[in-house]
Amino acid sequence: MNLLRKGRRWPKLDSSYNGSPRQGPVRHISPAQLNLERVHEQNRLNVQKKDGTKAPEPAPGPAAKGKPRLLLMGQRRSGKSSISSVVFHKMPPNETLFLESTARIQKDSMHSFMDFQVWDFPGQVDFLDPSFDLDAIFGEIGALIWVIDAQDDYLEAINRLNSTILNLQPSYPNVNVEVFIHKVDGLSDDYKLDIQRDIMQRIQDELSDHGVENAPINFHLTSIYNHSIFEAFSKVIQKLIPHLPTLEALLNDLCRACRFEKAYLFDVLSKIYIATDSSPVDMPSYEICSDYIDVIVDVSEIYGWERPKEYIEFLEGQPWSKKLEDQVACRDAESAIVLTDMKRPIMLREVNKYLALVAVMCEGSYEKMPSVTMNVESTVKGLLEVFEITKQRK
Amino acid sequence: MAQMNQLSLQDEPAVSPASEPRKQKKKKVLLMGKSGSGKSSMRSIIFSNYIAKDTRRLGATIDVDLSHVKFLGNLTLNLWDCGGQDAFMENYLSQQRQHVFSNVGVLIYVFDIESRDFDRDLLTYRSIIAALGQFSPTASVYILIHKMDLVVPNQREDIYNDRVSLIRSKSDSFDPTPFATSIWDQSLYKAWAEIIHDLVPNLDQIEKHLGSLGKLIMAEEVLLFERTSFLVVSSWTSKEIITSDKDHPAQNPTYDRNERLSNIIKNFKQSTSRYTGTPKSAEQFSVFDLKMPNFCMFLIKFTTNTYLGVVLPPGEERYNSAKLNCYIARTQFEDLDSPARKSADRGATSESQDAVS
Repeated sequence: MNLLRKGRRWPKLDSSYNGSPRQGPVRHISPAQLNLERVHEQNRLNVQKKDGTKAPEPAPGPAAKGKPRLLLMGQRRSGKSSISSVVFHKMPPNETLFLESTARIQKDSMHSFMDFQVWDFPGQVDFLDPSFDLDAIFGEIGALIWVIDAQDDYLEAINRLNSTILNLQPSYPNVNVEVFIHKVDGLSDDYKLDIQRDIMQRIQDELSDHGVENAPINFHLTSIYNHSIFEAFSKVIQKLIPHLPTLEALLNDLCRACRFEKAYLFDVLSKIYIATDSSPVDMPSYEICSDYIDVIVDVSEIYGWERPKEYIEFLEGQPWSKKLEDQVACRDAESAIVLTDMKRPIMLREVNKYLALVAVMCEGSYEKMPSVTMNVESTVKGLLEVFEITKQRK
Repeated sequence: MAQMNQLSLQDEPAVSPASEPRKQKKKKVLLMGKSGSGKSSMRSIIFSNYIAKDTRRLGATIDVDLSHVKFLGNLTLNLWDCGGQDAFMENYLSQQRQHVFSNVGVLIYVFDIESRDFDRDLLTYRSIIAALGQFSPTASVYILIHKMDLVVPNQREDIYNDRVSLIRSKSDSFDPTPFATSIWDQSLYKAWAEIIHDLVPNLDQIEKHLGSLGKLIMAEEVLLFERTSFLVVSSWTSKEIITSDKDHPAQNPTYDRNERLSNIIKNFKQSTSRYTGTPKSAEQFSVFDLKMPNFCMFLIKFTTNTYLGVVLPPGEERYNSAKLNCYIARTQFEDLDSPARKSADRGATSESQDAVS
């Protein structure tokens, strides 16, 4: 069920189209259809809940180890469900207008190379109420993502965030708090920086007033209408990967050996990158790599149809007389595109069924492609070994 | 390979009216339809690298927007994007009648599916057809039923068929080719690729040569794209994909794959132009390789104005030799880009073909 080969893992709402998400006027997806999807998802989770042995929420404790939880919290209408739909459910951003208010906690399991859960909280419920079991919610927390609507009045949001952090301090002092300053697509750069500075100031002031110094809080400016939300999620996820330094070291070696400008290890489904080399991350290279993955997925959906058995036998016959698998140098997907400006190639190499290594190469590397391929091959072997070893530990 | 040597455009003496003895008459492409039906949007997406979202910026076309679109090097389309307001339409049908409707190679008429007064649209269409019949009886007519995305999917086919039959009844002696289009998906590319397909001279030869090339390199599919619009000008599919049923070779089940591929690449070109900072109309890439376990594909810059796309079954040797052979084959296809010869006149095409064969 490989994404790069089959094209999609989540069923596409519209299979008559291939290409980048259409940021266009609303297509004929009725709100009822979207609603139905959510209800379906909710029912599925309810059914699992009823059958206790298959309950998806991990009880805090060793049984739940390795399934970190990302909690999306914030004021109502701040954009939490939209974020979750766009990043994890491939919804085109303009269709998030139809999402209804979240009534219950939406728990999405991401079966990617790393299993984690994303919990989307309703905005209007106050979880600091004593009637809620803090442990059940914050037990296996990976990160707390607080979404603040930058276009709205954010003072109330900041107050709630502060009280949440203060409430969590005694029991869970090391919670990673990520603040997404959301809906910044319409704002000018100066204004964005202003808001960010203001919010940072207020939160730090408030917390230090209550004696919490240097709380681990990170700020991100995000919007679902461009790649910034994926970038922010990438940074959040990277903190949850214990063996990140090893992955980074492997990518650094590769970049040095092949003189890559930038290399990313992408999760193909969500387009979040889980590791990159140590050169500074710039949005343009991230965007182009992310779009490139889309191109590959779309093209392979069109041309990756199941060839008939007789044809394959014909191909394995004369004059090669080899099995099809042996005629191919590499069993994984590989691709490269040479951009005319500055002749920078972009290459992609599938690592396993969830991950792909995408890199922007330097000028003139295309002629040396065979040696690049060899280096990439050994890096990929290294990456797979790392995953193998760390999996066993669990 | 001997056939390859015969690929060349024949020189034809220009057929020109007495008023302009030297100048070669290029055929016109008229783009007409009611105001707001989507003509300028379509034109800008196909030829000016707009993305669908950008077309919101376009205002009403005042009178005629004349553009010379260079296509495939030797083909220049005189595209007349005519404003659709009633005042302009009346003008075309009366004072400018001869000027607008003479020497037309192709009429593209756009119907807006959500127009409230379809009967009135039909009347206008009728008068246009009459004028066309008067001055350019040999023109071909294409009907685009546009903005299909606004119709509920399960009703689309019925509404489309209804409209088409009504339109056909008003088309006099012309036999229009209908398409359902929308700028929000790949149907737009399908329609325009067909229109362009019929305008390209010596297309049969191109297809024959693509076929020879395809068979020689053992490809599953060979596609020829135009450089800026990335429309599939010509394609060839192998009949060798055998199944247990000997008479019916298998085919790729995605029938609209050419349009989808055009759409995908055009969208990617937007990203790359943003990344490299080059203008969107400049060519963005020179080679694209893709190797999957069950198929391989490459897209290479073929001649100055075309790209070649080849889909192959997996296998390194076959892939590498195919690529090499395609690079070698470039020279044979150079004539696709020869400077404007006089056979851009559609009327001359059939004669040149007879001469060659």
